[in-house]
Amino acid sequence: MKIHIKNGRVIDPANQVDAQQDIFISDGKILAINTQPDGFAADKTIDATGLFVCPGLIDLSARLREPGQEHTATIDSETLAAVAGGITTLCVPPDTDPVIDTPAVVELIEDRAKKAGRAMVYTIGALTQKLNGELLTEMAALKAAGCIGVSNGLSPIKNSLILRRAMEYAATLDLTLFINATDPWLLGNGCVHEGAISARLGLTGIPETAETIAVARDLLLIELTGVRAHFHNISCGKTVQLIKDAKDKGLAVTADVSTHHLHLSEHDIGNYDTFTHVMPPLRSIRDREQLQQGLRDGVITAICTNHQPLDNDAKLGPFAETAPGISGLETLLALTLKLVDDEEITLQQAIASLTSHPADILGIDAGQLNVGSRADICIINPNTHDECQPTQFVSAGKNSPFSGWLFNNKVCHTIFNGKVVFEQDKIQSISV
Amino acid sequence: MSHNQLSANGHLQHFLSIEGLKRPLLTEIMDRAEQFSSISSQQVKKVPLLRGKTIVNLFFENSTRTRTTFELAAKRLSADVISLNINTSSASKGESLRDTLHNLEAMHCDMFVVRHSQSGAAEFIAQHVAPHVSVINAGDGCHAHPTQAMLDMFTIRRHKNHFPDLRVAIIGDILHSRVARSQIQALATLGVGEIRVIAPKTLLPSDCQTLGVHVYHDMEAGLKDVDVVITLRLQKERMAGALLPSAREYFQCYGLTEQKLSLAKPDAIVMHPGPINRGVEIASAVADGPQSVILEQVTHGIAVRMAIMSMALGSQAEHKEVLV
Repeated sequence: MKIHIKNGRVIDPANQVDAQQDIFISDGKILAINTQPDGFAADKTIDATGLFVCPGLIDLSARLREPGQEHTATIDSETLAAVAGGITTLCVPPDTDPVIDTPAVVELIEDRAKKAGRAMVYTIGALTQKLNGELLTEMAALKAAGCIGVSNGLSPIKNSLILRRAMEYAATLDLTLFINATDPWLLGNGCVHEGAISARLGLTGIPETAETIAVARDLLLIELTGVRAHFHNISCGKTVQLIKDAKDKGLAVTADVSTHHLHLSEHDIGNYDTFTHVMPPLRSIRDREQLQQGLRDGVITAICTNHQPLDNDAKLGPFAETAPGISGLETLLALTLKLVDDEEITLQQAIASLTSHPADILGIDAGQLNVGSRADICIINPNTHDECQPTQFVSAGKNSPFSGWLFNNKVCHTIFNGKVVFEQDKIQSISV
Repeated sequence: MSHNQLSANGHLQHFLSIEGLKRPLLTEIMDRAEQFSSISSQQVKKVPLLRGKTIVNLFFENSTRTRTTFELAAKRLSADVISLNINTSSASKGESLRDTLHNLEAMHCDMFVVRHSQSGAAEFIAQHVAPHVSVINAGDGCHAHPTQAMLDMFTIRRHKNHFPDLRVAIIGDILHSRVARSQIQALATLGVGEIRVIAPKTLLPSDCQTLGVHVYHDMEAGLKDVDVVITLRLQKERMAGALLPSAREYFQCYGLTEQKLSLAKPDAIVMHPGPINRGVEIASAVADGPQSVILEQVTHGIAVRMAIMSMALGSQAEHKEVLV
């Protein structure tokens, strides 16, 4: 398949490109940029006039629910949702069922993803067996099987000695440690940010210290062990400061934030809106502002979905009894570019935080448009005015608090490995 | 912010929370309760106001007093009433709540009186019942207990004249108390001069002052010159969660004794939503003393709940005829 993307505004932050260019794709790779190679005859030409052409998006944390909860969602359903959202690479946390703590589970997920054939799916291996925080996994075997890093998922390791050793072992194998920082005791059975809203609604609060104490402890152990670490889904302004201090000290740490924490706050819980029930919880408006500032300052370098598809029943009930989580694959791009519309970040920052920066965190060759590299491309229409309708999501999870939001940007084509894997039907493409 | 309590013409459809209700409505509830309270002392304690209506008391959490007063209130209004105690632990959560509701709805009930251990449960149920069904919140988690708050306001009004002149202190476990949250909102809506809460930090929500109260940790300072003293029940399990060291120390610091009560105004009234723990949050001498109106609160509970139920089932025209 030979594809010619013509007249698009190519935005490729890693190569400092923001210009009208043509892209020529052949045999799954980018064959040429700007100059048509001799004898190139396109099977498909995409007229990208007025559209943005970017590297395919990379999501650092998306739960696909397979294996273990195939009744909720599958690798097939969620990779389809991913490419509908312009995402061509995503990382699966280890808290599947069974847990990703053996090469067999890694292979299962990779096989299913290959069969789906729409996106690159990386697995993050478990740091401890069954994520129970007691025994180390065979990390060398997990790495050999293809794990891109290790993590203990949403189960914090309480025992600091075990965490230290797990970090040392991961560092030995040059594996990046992905951390969802939570102090389990301060988390307790909380379900919303501890503050004015929890006081009013009578819901058990989660103080910001549930995150900051865990981040502070982990950073000290990162310094001690020298492990390369990435903090997933940070939610507090004070965490941004802790990460900044660690980076200033020279530690190899990075952090991402989810789109919902950049747009929502505890106030959006309103009257027990269970779609806003998420972990970590939506924090104060000040926290949200400080997360945006962290993005501007380059302390937080990636924006992720923290995609957690849920079935409809999971959100029907009294707030605390509902399952936390937001289905985010199909709003990642629109919500990130909304920050550009709102003049919070630049277009280059926005695209970089979805492409080259997460690629750097993963240490993979993706997230930029280079001749010879795999052709993963996302084409965006920046002139739409669409209402977000979660019931129309491709994802099996329709659980989104963004229903009714107006989005100006929409993915119209997604190309993975040189193949068009998503095409917005409204956009007319010219087939030759 | 309870969004759907009022019908399009501003009448009470559900009664879920005091939040968002205006002063005239709270006053109307109390005025109506005043009329109903005379019925309880009549020979025939019944009015045919809700004849033919079916009310279901749906109690997902144990309660004796609240359930009984709701039952009595419904019966005195001539409604058909059934009470269901639903043990949540035996049912799978969430699913069963919706299923239970839909099953009951299929039996054409007019009103659900709901108590549930989860904050927001009454709101959830109100969102999912058929449009003609009213939902009364009889206590949801730590969130709200609006009928209790209204009977407390009614009791205060019986003893004190003018809400804006009053200084009210609420003592105890504010953090876990749905009663306190609703009382604070009701007192604020009625324009009470000063609302104080008195508790150790472990029993106060963070950002407690955003509820519109003055926070005290010291009983002596907090009780000074107050007109109304409300003590809250202290659950025994609070000791287990390291919120308090012991019932003994709690009584020493925050138990309402005659000596501490003497710091309040001489005509201050003492209230408690019940059931009381003698020697934990309140001394027997105070609970049974001349300033206590605790049993009156229970009595008023019936009239206030009659008022709210009759308003929610919207029978204002009939109401006047019957009481003539």
